[in-house]
Amino acid sequence: MKKIFTFIITASLTALTLTGCSPKQQNGTVSTDGSTSMEEVIGVLGEAFQEKYSDMSFTYNPTGSGSGIQAVKEGRCDIGLSSRSLKDEEKADGLTETVLANDGIAVIVNPKNTLNDIDVDTIAKIYTGEITNWSELGGNDAQIVVIGREAGSGTRDGFESITGTENVCKYRQELTSTGDVITTVSQNPDAIGYASLAAVNDQVKALLVGGVAPSEDTVKDGSYVIQRPFVLVTKNEEKLSDAAQKFFDFVMSDEAAPLISQAGAVPVK
Amino acid sequence: MKKQKIFENIVHGIFLILGMITVGCVLLITLYLILAGIPAIRKIGLCDFLFGAEWASTAKEPSYGILPFILTSIYGTAGAILIGVPIGFLTSVYLAKLAPAKIRTIVSGAVSLLAGIPSVVYGLIGMMVLVPGIRNLFRIPDGASLLAAIIVLAVMILPSIINMSITALEAVPKEYEDASLALGASPVETYFKVSVPAAKSGIAAAVVLGIGRAIGEAMAVMMVSGNAPNLPELFGSVRFLTTAVASEMSYSGGLQRQALFSIALVLFLFIMLINAALNFFLKRSKEE
Repeated sequence: MKKIFTFIITASLTALTLTGCSPKQQNGTVSTDGSTSMEEVIGVLGEAFQEKYSDMSFTYNPTGSGSGIQAVKEGRCDIGLSSRSLKDEEKADGLTETVLANDGIAVIVNPKNTLNDIDVDTIAKIYTGEITNWSELGGNDAQIVVIGREAGSGTRDGFESITGTENVCKYRQELTSTGDVITTVSQNPDAIGYASLAAVNDQVKALLVGGVAPSEDTVKDGSYVIQRPFVLVTKNEEKLSDAAQKFFDFVMSDEAAPLISQAGAVPVK
Repeated sequence: MKKQKIFENIVHGIFLILGMITVGCVLLITLYLILAGIPAIRKIGLCDFLFGAEWASTAKEPSYGILPFILTSIYGTAGAILIGVPIGFLTSVYLAKLAPAKIRTIVSGAVSLLAGIPSVVYGLIGMMVLVPGIRNLFRIPDGASLLAAIIVLAVMILPSIINMSITALEAVPKEYEDASLALGASPVETYFKVSVPAAKSGIAAAVVLGIGRAIGEAMAVMMVSGNAPNLPELFGSVRFLTTAVASEMSYSGGLQRQALFSIALVLFLFIMLINAALNFFLKRSKEE
């Protein structure tokens, strides 16, 4: 008898803890899925969007460009986010890209480094281990310490695809955030690394690439070559839901451009 | 009377639920890790996975060999134990037996504080001070290395080793020491030849606890070890089992993600072994 009683109480208390969470009704939801590099940009835009339309809710699932494109294809989200252009076969699958902004990737060295200008070929040679000493580039006799990001990172993906060094980079260190890369390069006079342009500060020196300094203007006019697009991916045939369409129009509007700049990317408009 | 009984039963029920939460969590984690970790191992092959020397998870033809991570974790932990155990053990003998009350209070306070410092702070200081320091001291191009990780881990495991050894040493009956002193042995002789052997199971448990902490640490070592998936070298950039999971998890997908779960499963098995060893030593120390 006592055991049964204890059991009933246990069961009822358990049941109590499990109830009490039912979904809140909302007028519209916009779900986005994809690139982690776009986190800052899409976060700022999502916040501003929800402020403007208080009855809408906005979600962002940071899974990576590839997964985001897959998700929109399978209809698991409204808008996919990609930090690379769509490949031809993805376009053939009925997907459309709309470039939201561009992001420059700065090649950074320690401020003590005498090198100022570099070109894409040389960068590729350094990262593949063909050039291993700064003296080959007219610097001190010191081994080059190659710093990069972890496998799967959007910045690494962008950098390696532009310099043509996919999967052949010989990294001394693979760090997991832009901040870590900048700190490490600022600590080591022989290091070279890459980081999103927006994050670069005066702790490190951003190199000119082919004589062009990375800046908002040179990214915009395309003269700074190490850059990648931030892309919104949608389906050709299916219409967006009302909420998603509103979000799409909002982020492509002039109103959103200063927000994108503030988040460190270069708006297309 | 009856009312009281009902109240008792209710309280029992609540305690039962709370107790079940812990058990449930452990079961859930174990089950999930096994379910999530097995598929990738089956796809890659157990031998290729455990003994493959190359990890290139995002390459066109990916390879998923975690031997570098396993060896790094073992070497790193062994190194940390090699440095941390003598320091921790001697500190605990000093604190438990030799130190005057005042010094003991100060040092124990410092040890407790060391235990409370978050691992990311260890990592940060390692990154800002230790890594450039190693670079300059040994004149190598980059200081982020297995050595840096070993030093950070050695400091991190000190509190566990010291606190547990002190408890073991203090549990040694006073009569043992009195007998030894009465026979003419000096205090230091007594501590090392009587107290320490009597507390050896407890001290062994302290070392095992230190191993457990060192092998499970992720954040601090991630910030000082460089994270390139190389076979371990004292001055080379290395990646541990823990950091292999942590560094790639956020962007991973498909088989790469499954393989990360498999790494977590391997790590979990390591920890289980260490826990079993710990329980063994603790049980023996109680029996003594």
